[in-house]
Amino acid sequence: MSDHTLDHGGAKWRENAGRQENVNEITRRQFLTYTLMGTGGFMVSTLLVPSVRYAVDPLLKKGEEEPYVPVADVSEIGSEPKRFEFTLKVDDAWVKNQQTTYSAWVYKQGSDFVALSPVCKHLGCTVSWNTSPQHPEMFYCPCHGGLYTKDGINVPGTPPRAPLDMYDYKVENGKLYLGPLIQRT
Amino acid sequence: MRKMYDWLDERLDLSPIWRDIADHEVPEHVNPAHHFSAFVYCFGGLTFFTVVIQILSGMFLVMYYTPDIVNAFNSVKYLQTEVAFGYIVRGMHHWGASVVIVMLFLHTLRVFFTGSYKKPREMNWVVGVLLFATILGLGFTGYLLPWDNKAYFATKVGLEIAETVPLVGPYIKTFLAGGDIVGASTLTRFFAIHVFFLPGILLALLAAHFILIRRQGISGPL
Ligand code: HEM
Ligand code: FES
Repeated sequence: MSDHTLDHGGAKWRENAGRQENVNEITRRQFLTYTLMGTGGFMVSTLLVPSVRYAVDPLLKKGEEEPYVPVADVSEIGSEPKRFEFTLKVDDAWVKNQQTTYSAWVYKQGSDFVALSPVCKHLGCTVSWNTSPQHPEMFYCPCHGGLYTKDGINVPGTPPRAPLDMYDYKVENGKLYLGPLIQRT
Repeated sequence: MRKMYDWLDERLDLSPIWRDIADHEVPEHVNPAHHFSAFVYCFGGLTFFTVVIQILSGMFLVMYYTPDIVNAFNSVKYLQTEVAFGYIVRGMHHWGASVVIVMLFLHTLRVFFTGSYKKPREMNWVVGVLLFATILGLGFTGYLLPWDNKAYFATKVGLEIAETVPLVGPYIKTFLAGGDIVGASTLTRFFAIHVFFLPGILLALLAAHFILIRRQGISGPL
């Protein structure tokens, strides 16, 4: 090429120039494509990177630790599943301290307690104990006929594919406290 | 990349489309590489660029923003302080709103002093004035949305200015406020105008503006 080519890397360029003309050369068009695409890409990413991180923030927020809440007096609990409601204060984005009601099916088994979540493991309807005349002594889900035995194990051949979740619990001063949910398989 | 593009191009005939949009010579008198002072011709493009930023950042803001007098302030506070990069996204929109108007003003000055509004471009000047009004409207209605003190009193003052219009002033005020006070229906109304009506009008006007530029070409050197 002409004698006013770039100086830096000049030695290498000259070395090659004798043999293969174009080895280290980049065309004007390529140079413009790279710089324009680079600058454009940088500008677009300064716009999009923060915005996308902002949009997916809910995916990356970690949940709060679930506290143990008193749900019932131990003396109220027998061997027949009974429904107890309890409320938790939940922070829902900018709506702080929202009272949210949950419930559990609770019964006594020997000296242990069992507290089952009423949320059906099929698609999340609410199950209840002993409400289907055809299926006595079972947890029944009215939405698609899901069935679970008394210990919350799903009955094969009905829609749910896993046992009901179980609350972790502790007993203090004659009261039953429920804590985080435990998933079973 | 090249291969994928060629594959699509063979079937969809894409090249003529982008050629038509992007492949034009830049006349010497508007190219800052030839005469540095030609940078004044960039303000129109810069206005458009900032409008694009406003639309994008606005779309992301609405993911958290709530147009309701109980929640509006808290939702803005939440997205600003608790959502990752919320202060950046809101910052883009907040500062961009001023930058848009500054760019628009400089662009208008350029068109004025180069006399580019003269025949045959009079109608594009009219479209430009409508764009100016639309963007001022976006600034006015957006300013109420955070529902803080500044927003509230700025809107009160703005509505009282509207009220001074002879004869119809009081009607304009009630229509804009959606009632007698700046309150719940003012906020929802301003939100609808800010996020649906004016952006729709803005895009239609921009289309008209650019189609006219394409047809009439850029005005000649002074
Ligand atoms: C040229 C176009 C626009 C201008 C000049 C503009 C202007 C403004 C202004 C001045 C504010 C108040 C910001 C603050 O005080 O921090 C605002 C807020 C807002 N704008 Fe826009 N805006 C535009 C386009 C849009 C679009 C297209 C959308 C939605 C699709 C949008 C959605 C919002 C939302 C949700 C808020 C409330 C959140 C906040 O205050 O930070 N804006 N806008
Ligand atoms: S949701 Fe319970 S059976 Fe489908």
